[in-house]
Amino acid sequence: MYQYDHYDQAMVDARVEEFRDQCKRRIEGKLTEDQFKPLRLMNGLYLQLHAYMLRVAIPYGTLSGRQMSALGDIADKFDRKYGHFTTRQNIQYNWIKLEDAGDILAALAKVEMHAIQTSGNCIRNVSSDHFAGAAADEVVDPRPYAELLRQWSSFHPEFSYLPRKFKFAVIASETDRAAMRLHDIGINIVRNDAGDLGAAFYVGGGMGRTPMVAPLIRDFVPLDQLITYAESCLRVYNRYGRRDNKYKARIKILVHELGAAEYTRQVEAEFAHLLEQGIEPPIAELERIRTYFSSPAFDLDASDTIEQSDPDFLTWAERNTHPHKQPGYVSAVISLKPVGGIPGDATADQIRLMATLGETYSFDELRVTHTQNIVMPHVRKSDLYTLWQKLDAAGLATANFDQIGDIIACPGLDYCSLANARSIPVAQRISERFAANGKGDALGELKLKISGCINACGHHHAGHMGILGVDKKGVENYQLSIGGSEAEDTSLGKITGPGFSEEGIVDAVENAADVYLAQRQDGERFLDTYRRIGMKPFKEALYG
Amino acid sequence: MGDILRFRDDQSVDQPSVTVDSFLDQSNSPAVRIEPGDDARDLLPHLERIRLVVVNFPSFGDGRGYSSARVLREAGFSGELRAVGDVLVDQIGYLRRCGFDSFEPNQPLDPDDVENALNRWPDVYQPTTDGRTPIWNLRHGETKNG
Repeated sequence: MYQYDHYDQAMVDARVEEFRDQCKRRIEGKLTEDQFKPLRLMNGLYLQLHAYMLRVAIPYGTLSGRQMSALGDIADKFDRKYGHFTTRQNIQYNWIKLEDAGDILAALAKVEMHAIQTSGNCIRNVSSDHFAGAAADEVVDPRPYAELLRQWSSFHPEFSYLPRKFKFAVIASETDRAAMRLHDIGINIVRNDAGDLGAAFYVGGGMGRTPMVAPLIRDFVPLDQLITYAESCLRVYNRYGRRDNKYKARIKILVHELGAAEYTRQVEAEFAHLLEQGIEPPIAELERIRTYFSSPAFDLDASDTIEQSDPDFLTWAERNTHPHKQPGYVSAVISLKPVGGIPGDATADQIRLMATLGETYSFDELRVTHTQNIVMPHVRKSDLYTLWQKLDAAGLATANFDQIGDIIACPGLDYCSLANARSIPVAQRISERFAANGKGDALGELKLKISGCINACGHHHAGHMGILGVDKKGVENYQLSIGGSEAEDTSLGKITGPGFSEEGIVDAVENAADVYLAQRQDGERFLDTYRRIGMKPFKEALYG
Repeated sequence: MGDILRFRDDQSVDQPSVTVDSFLDQSNSPAVRIEPGDDARDLLPHLERIRLVVVNFPSFGDGRGYSSARVLREAGFSGELRAVGDVLVDQIGYLRRCGFDSFEPNQPLDPDDVENALNRWPDVYQPTTDGRTPIWNLRHGETKNG
């Protein structure tokens, strides 16, 4: 995986000093709170309902054991002994003191990490496929391109005061595991007929209160023009994106209002101009970055069989592993969704244990998924049983990856000052309900996503089932939607009808699941059945 | 005129700046003022007779002026490019990188803070028209410039 050289390290160290200086000037009264706020946000520091929250960037979700271990230590020393993994493949600490922020950033810098641009109206942490470099179906590892974008977007002088936040995702396979088309810019690295690699650009997707699926604006940007094209997309947005209304300021609104064809025309004109400016990094730089992502030294004689004696293990292995490009290996998913637990939370001890297991069993590499789980990307099949036993002993072996218990939930009204309703307790009740009724297995792949307000941080638009918490005359109320997908068949869910109470929504989810169980045909997932039979049978079951 | 922080040696322009519209109308003024909604590209055919472009930042969070500056510099504008308005020390490094070489902030800037801000970053990742050699090129044998 990528390692900082002295240039990267010096930039991150300078940022820590800059932030310490900004905090000092705030305390001296040289900066007003209004002036300080965007500066602290660009260092990941939010003010939430009860305390400061610090969001730490995990570029493209990739971590070494040492980095993961440092995250556990920070949870111990500066927070309440746990951390929360997020849908941006990042980690958040919910109980931070402002005066500790500089020290935490310094502790992160020691392990080549930072909180740069994890908030604010700038280019945010770049996300990617959590099985990158391991998946059997990828064209190439997408992370070198994500790393190049990370460097380009860090401290970008022109794009640090955009109309609104800006999120990239980079993938390199037909299967989309990163919700690529629901980003401001989604990039798919593809190979053309001539065998050359290039980038397909999808621009103007997003969730929030106006969800949109990004249109393709260029099917092939040569890799030695990747940064120039990205810069062109951003410059058109920075100049013409709306700034009169915060809720219409994302690039999706610009692309929608101009139309994809006109936006593309403007980008292409800017691109022709910027190509003459020579802003592209040397191709040798991309080659240099690629060398950090070469495959680990796999055991070429690794056995292709797994332990067969333990049925609990076999269930977990079937659900929580993903095919690897190297025979004898799998990617293993550590679910952070125990029954009745808080989605994405892990204790300091669990974080450090995952760090150690990553070092021992996965070539010192771990990933954070946007579904708030942890991946050990390269596990030898012959080690899988031992690994599972160690995870199980620490409460980390819940066998529910991509099942109804594997819920994405935003922090909601328990933490967030924007939320209208609580998300976490709803996730806990649903998870408990399906653990008790035992339907989780029969339901198979069913992605449930919960947001506590219209900003959609819990990705409810993209859930096979989605739940949106709203405030209805002072009472929390929950709308159910069906038919969303964040995968390569991207679609937005449709609301079933009137909302439900906190207890009612748990019943509603079970009723909708029962419609599927009664109506499914061979091999259909919940989403497939919905797409075939439509909303009517679900409405009848929910409101009939 | 308030305090102006200048990074140029030439004589500053005395005439008041005119709006883009009145400049394009028929003005002979060598000084133009760009508001956030103006298109800096409208000035490109006339750059040889412009000596000062003033870019207004009504709010430091409105980043359109950064693009306006780069558009002008990339087109070869070598006159004075002045950021005015809500110009704060924490943005001054980025403004310099985008081509601004003078500043007329609403509130005076502490010279020590300006010095710190401009010397904070040992290197830069991205190339702009400020001529600094990006890290990408330093890594592959180019020597430092700017």
